[in-house]
Order: sequence, then structure tokens, then C-alpha cells
Amino acid sequence: MSVMTIVQAINNALDIKLEEDKTVVIYGEDTGKEGGVFRVTEGLQKKYGVERVFDSPLAESAIVGAGLGMALSGLRPVVELQFDGFTYPAFNQIISNVSRMHNRSRGMYNVPMVIRFPYGGGINALEHHSESPEALYAHIPGIKVVIPSTPHDAKGLLIAAIESDDPVIFMEPKRIYRAIKQEVADEKFSIPLGKAKVLNEGTDVTVVAFGAMIRECQKAIVMAKEAGISVELIDLRTIYPIDKETIAESIKKTGRFVIVAEAPESFSVGAELMAIANEEAFLYLEAPPKRIMGFDTIVPLAKGEPMYMITPDRIFYEIERTVKF
Amino acid sequence: MNNVKTLEKITYKQPTMLFDQFDPREDKILRIIDNDGEVINKELMPDLDDEILIKSYKSMLFARTVDQMAVSYQRQGRMYTYPPILGQEAIQIAAGLIIREDDWLAPAFREMAIMLAKGVTPKEIFLYYMGNEQGSKFSKANHVLPICVPIGSQLLHATGIGYSINYQHKDEVVFTYVGDGGTSEGDFSEALNFAGVWKVPVIYTIQNNQYAISVSVKNQTKSVNLAVKSLAFGIPGIKVDGNDFFAMYAAYKEAFDYARAGNGAILIEALTYRKGAHTTSDDPSKYRTKEEELEWDKTDPLVRLKKYMDKNGIWVENEEALIEEYKLEVDKQFTEAENFTPYPLDDIFQYMYVDMPDVLKRQKTDYEQFQNWKESRK
Repeated sequence: MSVMTIVQAINNALDIKLEEDKTVVIYGEDTGKEGGVFRVTEGLQKKYGVERVFDSPLAESAIVGAGLGMALSGLRPVVELQFDGFTYPAFNQIISNVSRMHNRSRGMYNVPMVIRFPYGGGINALEHHSESPEALYAHIPGIKVVIPSTPHDAKGLLIAAIESDDPVIFMEPKRIYRAIKQEVADEKFSIPLGKAKVLNEGTDVTVVAFGAMIRECQKAIVMAKEAGISVELIDLRTIYPIDKETIAESIKKTGRFVIVAEAPESFSVGAELMAIANEEAFLYLEAPPKRIMGFDTIVPLAKGEPMYMITPDRIFYEIERTVKF
Repeated sequence: MNNVKTLEKITYKQPTMLFDQFDPREDKILRIIDNDGEVINKELMPDLDDEILIKSYKSMLFARTVDQMAVSYQRQGRMYTYPPILGQEAIQIAAGLIIREDDWLAPAFREMAIMLAKGVTPKEIFLYYMGNEQGSKFSKANHVLPICVPIGSQLLHATGIGYSINYQHKDEVVFTYVGDGGTSEGDFSEALNFAGVWKVPVIYTIQNNQYAISVSVKNQTKSVNLAVKSLAFGIPGIKVDGNDFFAMYAAYKEAFDYARAGNGAILIEALTYRKGAHTTSDDPSKYRTKEEELEWDKTDPLVRLKKYMDKNGIWVENEEALIEEYKLEVDKQFTEAENFTPYPLDDIFQYMYVDMPDVLKRQKTDYEQFQNWKESRK
């Protein structure tokens, strides 16, 4: 066991896969020599050489499109897009080709590739550096979307993502890249995709969140506990395919449901979770489910961002209202 | 400003003799036979024996038969939208002579002739345009990607495959295609730029057939030609008469040797004319004249090769009977495609993922229940 941040855990997962599988290659903007703007791939080029870990020219569509070509011809590329808000030039390749090649070729070709990028707000960043586009990607048939919230999960989920024969979008909560430290096993392990995790068992209300919002929810749970409210907290871990069973079972138990996510509320993962509550646990609901989500706005720059970002007290406020409904 | 040099001639060390001779900045074009089948460039004439010429002519004729019958089947309502390749056969059959079993083909959607050359069957092509993706599961063709409709996006896949080939030290070359309109896409520039930096064994061919649906190539770019765009990315480019089988063969041979020897990527602009419509839903009379079409008819690649062969005493025995034979074969394959197993519900779902999510299973079950209900009411 070693104490790791999320950055270190991802680096460790990449290191393990590079070591054991010669078909794994890593590239993106600044991912080689510099180790990426967040240093996630630091030291890997030195260890594995410039053919396996390298800097590509600056063009997101090409990073992803060429990665698809590699995946079709025997490699397992793990490509990095520098920021959430810079993934859109690659959108056509993702939605039109990466997600479809297996289906288009009737299974003749698999697409074992991972597209990693940091996402989310709360770091006082420039425009385009604070976005949460998980719903855009989760809406695309043919890909899987994964978001870890802890160093342990980041390692295990990334290893599973690299080993997946389906393309995976791996979104990393940049706000907590280095904010959380945790004991993580040094050896290889993987966490199955598509399985949520109950982080805290409770009886009064189910809270579902993912990524950087988990930490905020955990703080809210402390406040709730002081107010005598027992919260069940579920970390989605995989956005698509979403773990309906775990969510529905919990809602059936608590009868109350609160969703926490940074992305704009309308047509979001929150909307999908609402649908799950309706379809799977309709008769168990004792209060209207509540979404605590980003506004349908652009993430404000630093001066406005504190009002946009979801805080523990706001989560607690909505939990209490839902429980007291 | 005195440190700004004028553009020097870029010299590509052997074996790119042709690419040096036909500098696209001077808008030179590689042409070996004229419209009457006369050899106008003897020293560049590739050394191809009669048997190969006859075989190539027959391949072009077969591809043309498939193409014309496809249009006809579509007109009969037996097939959906189809993009004809009529007039572009020489480019693809010349490449087909060179591309090997393990070489890769990343096509756009007007590459039926080279797909045939790679081993894709007319039945598979028909099946696809009848609306069944099983037509893209090529039973006999190795390393052929399914047709790629989003314009220019396939070029990047070719670049990535090229990286794989280098990385795995394989003796393979990638052939990829785009139209003249596709050169305006960002992916075109990105693919060539990455290809230059990564030095990938990829031959990028622009089939410049003069039109992107209705938009003339003149309205597509201010560049002197399309081949010249390669120079911005530091890779050789050449403009070739795409309706001259010998010129196309010579260009491909050199490009292939260049790429295979580890020199990197190469761009060929093949000047041709889309004699047919963009697709069967398009009507070219809306945007081009009969006169123009007749003018280009003089350059028809099959007619030209035939004229050359006639002049040189290379005979295709009984051509009319041959065409009849091809028609029977094509029709047989079309019938097989028509009689292909009905599209099962499973096919909609089972190829979306290697590891299918439960939600897809549920959606399929829901639909099956509806089907059962519908059945029970009959």
C-alpha cells in the first residue's frame, strides 16, 4: 500500500498497464516530456520511451481519430485531451467513428481505446477549463463513461477502462486531483465498469453523486448527521452504463432521493437519475426527488464561480427539505 | 526581410523521382498516355506485361458493370441510395494492382473498385446499400475498414493505423481516400500534419472528381491544385491524371515504395471526373452542363486504356460476351444479397458493445414483448 493522490493513482495505473502490455501507448498535448499539464503522465516517457509515451501535435480531432486507427490495428491507445472544454473538436470523431466502428463493422473491429481528460470546476480557471460534459458523452451509444472520485477508484477503474474492448471516456475530477490522499494497493487491481458504490449506508435519504461532488456530499452528510438525518451516499463511478439496480434499491429503502452534480441541470445525468427513480422506484417515493446541479449557464469565471459551485451547506439544505417534505 | 528565403525546391531523396519531376507548385501533372491512348511520356511508362494490362482492364470493366448495375437496381427500387464511381475506375484499379493482402484500406464512400480489388464482394456492397450493415463485415477482405461517411474523418484513422504499423515494425502500407471537397475539412489537414510528424506509411489519395455534390472544386480552394497542400505538411505530393491508368500505376508504385521503405506519408491528387451523380438522389444537370460532361467523356479511363491496348495489339477476347458474363455474375450476387437472412432484432443491439450493457438488453426485451403482443393480435 502507498498513500496516493488521484494524479498519482492514475499515473500508477498507466505505469502498470504500460509495463505489462506492450500494445498500450499514451499521447496527447504535452503528455510526453512534460507529463501533461497536470503531470498525470509524469516520468512515463522516461521509463517507456518516446514511441510509447509522447507529445502529439495540437489537434484534438486528430488525437482521437488517429487513436481510433491505432485501436483498429492492434494497439490500446490511452489518449489525453487537455481540458473538458477542449474535447469538442474531437466530438465528431467520438460520436461518428469511435463509438460506432464496432457496430459499423458488425464486430469485425473492436475499439479498445481510452480518452482521458480532466473535468469540472472549482479551480478558479479560465473559460473552457471548468466544464462537466459527461451527459454529452454518456448520450452517445457505443461508448462508456467513467468518473472516479478517489485515488483507489481512479486506479482500479482506469485499469478496467484500458482493458475494456469498448471505447471508454475517462473523466478525471481535476479539483480533487491532489486534494485527496488515500492508501492504494501497489499491485494491479481493477474495478468493474458499470457498478456504483454505496459509500455510506443510511435510511432517510439516498444521495447520488460522482467525481468531485462526492467530497462535498461527505461534508454535507456530517451536517445531516448532526441534524439527525441518516444519509445513504452512492458514488456512480460509471456514468454509462449506469448502475440502475444499486440506485433503485437504495431509493426503495429510503423513499427519498437527492442528486448532486456540477453539470447544467437540464437534460443531464441528473435527468437520467430522475428517470430511474420514476421507472424503478415510483411507488416507493415519499417526496419529490431533488436535483442539486449546475445552473443552465456557462460556469462563471472565478468571481462568480463560488455561487455556481455546489457547496456542502447547499446539499445539506436540500437534503433537509427533502426529508422534511 | 533579407533572411526570408524564397521557397526552395524540396527534393525527396530516392525513390521519389516522379514526385521531384512533377512539382505541384508549378501545377505539373503526371500523364503517360493521351486521350487517344498514345504514349506521350515513354520514359515513365511502367513496365507492365500484357497479361497484367488485360487483367486490369477486365477489373475496371467488372467494377464498371457492378457500378452501373447498382444504379439500375436502385432505380428499380431494389436498393437504397448509392454513390456511383463511374469514371474513377483507373485510380482504384491501379492502386488495386499494388495493394497487398495485409495492406490497409481506409475508404470514404466512392472506393468500390479498390474495395473489390481488396476482396470485398459485390454481394457485400449490395447488401450494405440495401440497408444491412452485415455488408460491411467483409468475409474475404483483410484490413479493409467499412466505408466512412463523415467527410475526411477516415484520413485520421489511416494516420493512426500508420503509427501502429511503425510501432509494430510491420511491413504494411495504408491506402486512404478523400474527395476534393474533403480537402477543406479540418481532419484532412490534421491527418496530413500528424502523418508528417509521425512519418507514417500512408498513401493519401484525393480523388479530385471536380465536384463535392454540386460545388465545383474551383469554389473549394484558392490553392493552385490540391496536391500542393502536402508541401505545407512537409510530405511529397503529386498531381496525376487520374483517368490515365499508367500514370496512376506509376504514381502508386513510387508512393508505395517510398512509404514502405520508411520515408513516410505521401499525397496523390488524382484528377478525374465523376461521370455519374453524387449519389442516386442527386441530379447533376442542376449544376453542370452537358458540354462539360462530353468534354470529360473524352478522357474516360476505360476508353483510353482500351485505345492503348488496341494500338499495341493487346486484345481482350470477346468483350461483349465478357460483359454479359459479368452481368450474370453481378446479378447472381445481387440476388444472393436480396435473399440474405432477414435483419434480426438482435443485430441492432449486439454490435454496439463488446460487453453489452444491461440497458440495451432491457430495451430489446421490451421490444420483443411488443412484438409478441402484436403477433398475438393477428
